[in-house]
Amino acid sequence: MLEFLQQLINGLSLGAIYALIALGYTMVYGIIMLINFAHGDIMMVGAYVGFFSIAVLGSNIFAALIFAMLSCAVLGVLIEKIAYKPLRNSSRIAALITAIGVSLFLEYFTLFLLTPQQRVFPEAAFPLHKYQIGGLLISNKDIFIFALAVILMIALQYIIKRTRTGKAMRAVSLDREAAILMGISVDRTISITFAIGSSLAAAAGVMIGIYYNTINPLMGIIPGLKAFVAAVLGGIGIIPGAMVGGFLMGILETMVSGYGSTLYRDAVAFGVLILILLVKPTGLFGKDTGEKV
Amino acid sequence: MLDFNFHLEDGELLGLIGPNGAGKTTVFNLITGVYKPDEGNIIFSGRDITGLAPYTICQQGIARTFQNIRLFKDISVLDNVRIALHKDAPYGLLKTLLRTPGFFQGEIEINKKAREYLQIFNLEDKAGEIASSLPYGEQRRLEIARALATKPTLLILDEPAAGMNPNETRELMDLIRWIRKDFGLSILLIEHDMSLVMGVCERIYVLDYGQVIAEGLPEEIRRNKRVIEAYLGEEVG
Amino acid sequence: MEKKRFVPRSFLIEVLVLAGIFTLVQYLIVSGLLNEYYQINLSSMCINIILAVSLNLINGFTGQLSLGHAGFMAVGAYAAVVVTTIYSQPFILGLLAACLAAGLAGLIIGVPTLRLKGDYLAIATLGFGEIIRVILQNIDFIGGPAGILGIPRYSTWPWLFGLTIFTIVIIVNLINSSYGRAIISVREDEVASELMGINTTNYKVLAFVIGALFAGLAGALYAHYFYIIKPATFNFLKSFDILVMVVLGGLGSTTGAVIAAIFVTMLTAALQTFPAIRMVLYAVTLVVVMVYRPQGLMGNKEWGRRTWGRIWGEKNEPLANK
Repeated sequence: MLEFLQQLINGLSLGAIYALIALGYTMVYGIIMLINFAHGDIMMVGAYVGFFSIAVLGSNIFAALIFAMLSCAVLGVLIEKIAYKPLRNSSRIAALITAIGVSLFLEYFTLFLLTPQQRVFPEAAFPLHKYQIGGLLISNKDIFIFALAVILMIALQYIIKRTRTGKAMRAVSLDREAAILMGISVDRTISITFAIGSSLAAAAGVMIGIYYNTINPLMGIIPGLKAFVAAVLGGIGIIPGAMVGGFLMGILETMVSGYGSTLYRDAVAFGVLILILLVKPTGLFGKDTGEKV
Repeated sequence: MLDFNFHLEDGELLGLIGPNGAGKTTVFNLITGVYKPDEGNIIFSGRDITGLAPYTICQQGIARTFQNIRLFKDISVLDNVRIALHKDAPYGLLKTLLRTPGFFQGEIEINKKAREYLQIFNLEDKAGEIASSLPYGEQRRLEIARALATKPTLLILDEPAAGMNPNETRELMDLIRWIRKDFGLSILLIEHDMSLVMGVCERIYVLDYGQVIAEGLPEEIRRNKRVIEAYLGEEVG
Repeated sequence: MEKKRFVPRSFLIEVLVLAGIFTLVQYLIVSGLLNEYYQINLSSMCINIILAVSLNLINGFTGQLSLGHAGFMAVGAYAAVVVTTIYSQPFILGLLAACLAAGLAGLIIGVPTLRLKGDYLAIATLGFGEIIRVILQNIDFIGGPAGILGIPRYSTWPWLFGLTIFTIVIIVNLINSSYGRAIISVREDEVASELMGINTTNYKVLAFVIGALFAGLAGALYAHYFYIIKPATFNFLKSFDILVMVVLGGLGSTTGAVIAAIFVTMLTAALQTFPAIRMVLYAVTLVVVMVYRPQGLMGNKEWGRRTWGRIWGEKNEPLANK
């Protein structure tokens, strides 16, 4: 039982990270029906910005977080304007292919610029402390990640439900034409969506840097994929779904590698994905809407 | 949200009218298998076609056109019709890949038949044009030609006169009557253009909010109070 | 009535040109005039042409985005190698095994996946491609992550050239037929296609299986040229490479796929020493093409019999299949 709870705790930290990344996927899909393949790589960029902030500029963890989130917000908006906006009225295949292109560009450009060598997050930025609570091991990193994720998610919910921007985002995802008629600037709303989603991914990237200590240019691929599966699991386009999906995927992964084998740990994500797509593609919280003929 | 009972006699020309959103296209989608009904049955020529896949229903003999014209836009006019002829293709996959004489003979047949359909609708000279480059009226004719190429016994027309001027509408009325006679079809049509409906349909159903509010001959419908209310109510609103 | 089936002049000329190319290259190889570097490139070109043309059938003509093509290549490669090395059978049986295995994989994966639409389908195929790789990696019988070494070089120029031409001919024959038109109609408007009596699921699966089959064939040829195969070779990046070729050439143009495959092979060879730059270049190319010229090089046009015929002064029937 104790073992189970321990795995659960580990899973929650991982899940928090996945949830933050999944939110970006789901928000973008909700608003422009695009799977932003490059999202995982934005997370990677966030991790690197955080790293440079701490290691080169000597800032503390919070400044690094803010810097990373801001930088990636800008990056996300830029990507949307350059690569996705021109294809807004093109086929889904075209947009998807472009997203793949952006993703690979971020990966290999970073690789080219910074070499494949891993960088290590300085331990001093976030010294590890472990606590024993009733036989369970919790680290300050676990607490920090979980708490930060929850705070960010609450902030996001606030933005979506209580601000005009959030209303605009919901309007554009429901019915773009009607939103335009209501005087909502669709371009601005989409840019904001990308900005928010990317900044959340950046936060996740910094968290990964803190938690796992090493970062490399290809680090966005696997977590990005798992976060994507999380978003689909919860129901792509549905924000609470991404949160729930993220935690579920985190817990599932720690359980599988704890009780099963680490060999198939990554394949589990693919397995879950295929399963969802075949059984209920709209996800846990999704509704089935048929095509109008 | 539909409570719909109707029947169509062999060779009949039936009209389905009603205010926007009444559920007319939904009926068509149910009949052609695009939607599956939650309750009820659809029987065609004595066969229960409820819940069958659209392609099977087409093979059973029901063809349709669409409100928004769903031609295969980026391919040629001829190809649009040739695709409709595919389900009765005179050769199989093996002959295709091996390019046997049977294949070439089959292609000649398909081309001949396709051109015949185009000829009927005065579209043969446009055979090589891309479908989306045709003027609107010709696109509608092409859609009907394509539907007829599937050799249906029931033809369903979804607002065929949409976007047509009175002249074109008159021509369409003649065309519909002629098709019914020459191809021996039953025709079911949705229309908003009352001149067409009254002029061509033998019997009419009126739908409002998913329910049949009237059924009968054109003259009866024209004078039916509930029908007038349903339409007027919508217009003033 | 029945026309006497004559052989158009353009057809004869096509055959002659192809025979000429074949003989020339064969001579150069046999006489030792063509060095190893060029030979490798030619072989890669043939394999890439087969991959691109087969993927184009799925992505371009049927409009179903498949991102796991490398998975089928892997299945074919391993199937062929198992037959030729572990069971010591002749090459032709290896090739047949490759086609069968890959086609079967296409069927197994295609039937459930092709019910999905657009993005979901793409992701599912990506997932399956990776799952295939992971499975192969964990089977010790075929060498696990280290793969299989010392594969005999059965893929000689005649095999490569012949099978490349064979692939192109089969796929072109399929497309230029009623079946091809049905497949294209699925891409154009799936709902309308269904209502024309076409079982769209069947045709999606058909295109998928045929595409997978030829990918497997390419895999077999690859394995028997490059001595070594391991699961890591057939990862998403390989699928991506093939996708780049198809997009660049034009989704829906076999000619485009062939040209792009040749071009990309040469580019890859030129950039061999700069792998990171190569990927950056591909990525940028992909984005630029999709933004500025999404129809790629050829759009959905072909250089077929009509074009060659026109060059040789033949009259053509005024019908458009393009």
